[in-house]
Amino acid sequence: MAHSGPMTDWRKAKLPVIAFLAPATIIYTLFMIYPLLDSIRLSFYATPSGGEAVFVGLDNYRTILADPDWSATFWNSFWNNMKFFAVHMLIQNPIGIALAGILSLPQLRFRNTYRTMMIMPTMLSVVIVGFIWQLILSPVWGVGADLLDIVGLKSLFGPWLGKEGSALITLSFISVWQWVGIPLMLIYAALLAIPDDLVDAAIVDGATHFEVFIHIKLPLVLPTVAMVSILTFVGNFNAFDLIYAVKGALAGPNFSTDIMGTLFYRTFFGYQLQLGDPHLGATVASLMFLIILAGVLFYLFAIQRRLARYQL
Amino acid sequence: MSFANIRREDASRAVIVHAILLTYTLVALYPIFLVVINAFKTRKGIFRDPMGLPNAETFSLEGFTKVLAKSNFELFFYNSFTVTIVTIVIVLLLAAMAAWALSEYKFPGNTALALYLAIGIMVPIRLGSVSILNLIVDMGLVNTLTALVLVYVAQGLPLAIFILTEFMHQIPKDLKEAARCDGVGEFKIFFAIILPLIRPAVATVAVFTMIPIWNDLWFPLILAPGDGKQTITLGVQQFIGQYVTDWNAVLASLSLAIIPILILYLIFSRQLIRGLTSGAVK
Repeated sequence: MAHSGPMTDWRKAKLPVIAFLAPATIIYTLFMIYPLLDSIRLSFYATPSGGEAVFVGLDNYRTILADPDWSATFWNSFWNNMKFFAVHMLIQNPIGIALAGILSLPQLRFRNTYRTMMIMPTMLSVVIVGFIWQLILSPVWGVGADLLDIVGLKSLFGPWLGKEGSALITLSFISVWQWVGIPLMLIYAALLAIPDDLVDAAIVDGATHFEVFIHIKLPLVLPTVAMVSILTFVGNFNAFDLIYAVKGALAGPNFSTDIMGTLFYRTFFGYQLQLGDPHLGATVASLMFLIILAGVLFYLFAIQRRLARYQL
Repeated sequence: MSFANIRREDASRAVIVHAILLTYTLVALYPIFLVVINAFKTRKGIFRDPMGLPNAETFSLEGFTKVLAKSNFELFFYNSFTVTIVTIVIVLLLAAMAAWALSEYKFPGNTALALYLAIGIMVPIRLGSVSILNLIVDMGLVNTLTALVLVYVAQGLPLAIFILTEFMHQIPKDLKEAARCDGVGEFKIFFAIILPLIRPAVATVAVFTMIPIWNDLWFPLILAPGDGKQTITLGVQQFIGQYVTDWNAVLASLSLAIIPILILYLIFSRQLIRGLTSGAVK
């Protein structure tokens, strides 16, 4: 929506304008912007044997990215995080788009009830969701096997969360189950904004609802799909709670579920015999920042611009 | 094609559509339902008939009794409520003030400030945790709810300012001009005229601020992990870590955490969706 810019000249009301802006700007700067910048600064320092912090340049980055012990852990968590993200992009967002498309069909009954129920898992805490699925997938309880039995797939059941080969993918699916509500809500809202006459014209010309969705509605909501994708990216590379709740800070078995967030936590606070190190922790956080920044810039300059042009 | 055929086709399509929606609704709700019903069963009932509803033989509240006896759930709820409510009130007030200034007054650097305040929508505040912890330690606020409120206010402001600025652009000009002609001061225009007008946007902002705070594990774990200052999410996480083999207690603690959020959600879901789709003016 195009709107005119601010109207009133502030010189008539200097004091009120400053009083309106100062509290929010100060708290936001002190507890968000300053810590982000200070974390980057801290990543260039180290405290050898508990003494004063000294400037070490890029040494911490060299340690994390090139030291044989650290680099294997770092790249393991990076690629695990990429897999985690890939599952969300390939499963969560298509399901969300499809459900939003179905929910926006004209004259659908119980539309609001379906929508309210489907979004419910999104409202729960990630920790609670992690524990719910840990119980359901537990071989001790056996509910998971019983449920698969209903659809005749009992033989497939196994201790998925406990096996190195399947734990990460299982956790990704748990996360998808919870967060489908986000693409569902945002794309549904975008679909509702499409003018009726556009759709009606196509229907009168004999197009099916499926054709209308693929050829008319979906292209129109592509900017929202792109926004959902970048939100997914930022959310996934910032994830921590689910892995920590289900697998602990060690992200087992054998680090197979380790992602950037759990690596950051372990580096910062330490675990078992390894001591925590705030400077190495800040280095991991800065690397996460760079990854997220790269994603956001890619979205802003490569995707959003092209889509905006397409819309014209 | 006759009308009867079209109607039959419509009916069969409706069946398919509802079958898909019902299936997914079941996928979304059944896991939650399963945990809640089993929280009201005896240990035997949980393992012998996990999918059945609690009946005369299997009904039991022993899980809840254990949770309430061994853990301080009332306190955790109180902590979560306090942090969430105080944060929402501060975020709404400060964000409304800032959004008003950004949308109403022409001053140098207006656009730059709006962009600066929007950085936090995309960059997660967690990445500054090392420095936030230093700051909280320096301020002597470790293990206090104040520490959580300060961080959550900073976390909630960017999106709240963004949504409210968009909303305030829609406030009719005549309203403000009339007030100014009557010589009403700038502060009074905001507090007496503008603030009451943003009520429709408040629900949306409140939900988007509240859900991530109520559900957060990271900052309670780092800034307030003990001393009876745990939030409900951290409290459940610590409790389950301790009683992991006690199925009654685990299921009951999960249900205690789930039920209040579900009730709140059912009350506010309509406003949430309305707020999200309010941009969709047909």
